[in-house]
Amino acid sequence: MHEFFAMGGYAFYVWMSFGLTFVVMVANCWLAARRHAATLRQIRRQLDTSDPLGPATVKEVVA
Amino acid sequence: MWKWFHQLASPPHIYRLAGFWAPWMLALALIGVGVGLYGGLIKAPADYQQGDAFRIIYVHVPSAYLSLLGYVIMAVASVIGLIWRMKLAHAVAVSAAPIGASFTFLALATGSLWGKPMWGTWWEWSDPRMMTELILLFLYLGYMTLHSAIEDRTRADRAGAVLAIVGVVNVVIVHYSVEWWSSLHQGQTVMNEDAVMPASMLTPLLIMIVSFSLFFGAVLFARLRSEVLLRERNARWVKRLVTGDASSLSKGAQHA
Amino acid sequence: MGSDPTDDQHSVVIRAVELRPLTVFAVMLGREWRLALRRLTDAINPLFFFAVVATLFPLAISPQRAVLQTIGPGVVWVAALLAALLPLNALFSQDHGDGTLEQYVLAGQSLVALCIAKTVALWLVAGLPLVLVSALIAQSYAMPVEAMPTLALSLSLGSYTLCALGAVAAALTVGVQRASALIALLVLPMMVPVIIFGTRAVVLASGGEPAAGPLYLLAATATLAAVLTPLAIAAALRISLE
Repeated sequence: MHEFFAMGGYAFYVWMSFGLTFVVMVANCWLAARRHAATLRQIRRQLDTSDPLGPATVKEVVA
Repeated sequence: MWKWFHQLASPPHIYRLAGFWAPWMLALALIGVGVGLYGGLIKAPADYQQGDAFRIIYVHVPSAYLSLLGYVIMAVASVIGLIWRMKLAHAVAVSAAPIGASFTFLALATGSLWGKPMWGTWWEWSDPRMMTELILLFLYLGYMTLHSAIEDRTRADRAGAVLAIVGVVNVVIVHYSVEWWSSLHQGQTVMNEDAVMPASMLTPLLIMIVSFSLFFGAVLFARLRSEVLLRERNARWVKRLVTGDASSLSKGAQHA
Repeated sequence: MGSDPTDDQHSVVIRAVELRPLTVFAVMLGREWRLALRRLTDAINPLFFFAVVATLFPLAISPQRAVLQTIGPGVVWVAALLAALLPLNALFSQDHGDGTLEQYVLAGQSLVALCIAKTVALWLVAGLPLVLVSALIAQSYAMPVEAMPTLALSLSLGSYTLCALGAVAAALTVGVQRASALIALLVLPMMVPVIIFGTRAVVLASGGEPAAGPLYLLAATATLAAVLTPLAIAAALRISLE
């Protein structure tokens, strides 16, 4: 087991690569979900004329 | 045939279709990544030259592949969007850009992490692939910045499309010029391109490439849904969807 | 415009006299040239910028002759490219501001010819003067005199490619606030091939070797840019007015 994590002395490079990949993948999912939620929120506000912020016209800024 | 095509390309249909497929693709991708990781990290033997460091290939090559695939999708969608004035195609192009950019970054980062133990340097200027990826990242960033800088969405879509098409011509020229340039400066790198990989190493790599592509597709679909909604915000089906039953709403958010 | 006038008495049929593309080109070039003469400071500023940037490198690195000769071709090329970026922001912004741009597109004349004229005018005003100044700067970097023709030729070709690609970026960003940084971000990555071929040609010529190879490649990229970019500029201008 210890040998597996040591990666023949390349542990830092190998695990760093796989860790970064994990981070990028999670970030992709998270950003897509956040953007969808923001889109729904924005359109709902635009439709809801009683909203104090008024109809949203600004182009969505969330990446 | 045309009727079928039109129905397929109609925004509410695409919205539903993407919402249906995204979670399935994501699930398949995760299973595939799990299998690929098992094969690549545990089953595959260490490389006789590079030792265990070669295992970075299992994330590096799929990322590099997605960085190119993303740009191709963006460019093809841009052509379709410009010629047939298809909003949906522009939505695809806009959705593909940030995902492609993230995997271009990943390809560069993992390439750098692989290069340090193998070549002794984090960044090898004379490697044409690294340089091409870097330029590709700049092109992605340029596309995204241009798109967000233009207020009007239709204009932003079409201006971005022109840029994406110009970028395709450019990236090809950049690639060959950098290759020519690096051949002047030093002999090729450590990687022996002709070396045949044994099946125990190659199979996990292929599995990873397919799984990464599925992951790309899942995120693309999720982002596509937001873009479709934004472009169709005044359509009746969107209003019904947003104000209508709350259950379908929360489901939609989860899928993304 | 082409509808039958009898079906509506009140419709006005405008028949634009369609000029030959070459005439459009000549007229536009003349206009741009006259405008440039009236705004000479705009044309001179990039030259100062070029000279100042080139002055900083010996101070930052080393005034030794050998070092200067090594970095000379690269410094001259990079500084010239950066200087050529400066006038891009203004290329269409004024025409856009006073509505001229709209008239260009609606005029019914060959928009592509007009875009070629714009690019050529930009090159005459912003590209060629840099070539002249570059000879001066190359001298101060102890570049051999035999390399001067190659430097001038390579910079002429390279600056045309930059003007052409820069015009695309400028057309894409018409109406965008503070577009200069965005234009640089769009254009500079695309200049990678030009800077590779251009500096290579100058390095070869400085070493007394034949530089024809990279010069041909430079000419090829310039030709490609000259042929393809007018289409992209025209498309971008149409989009900007939708």
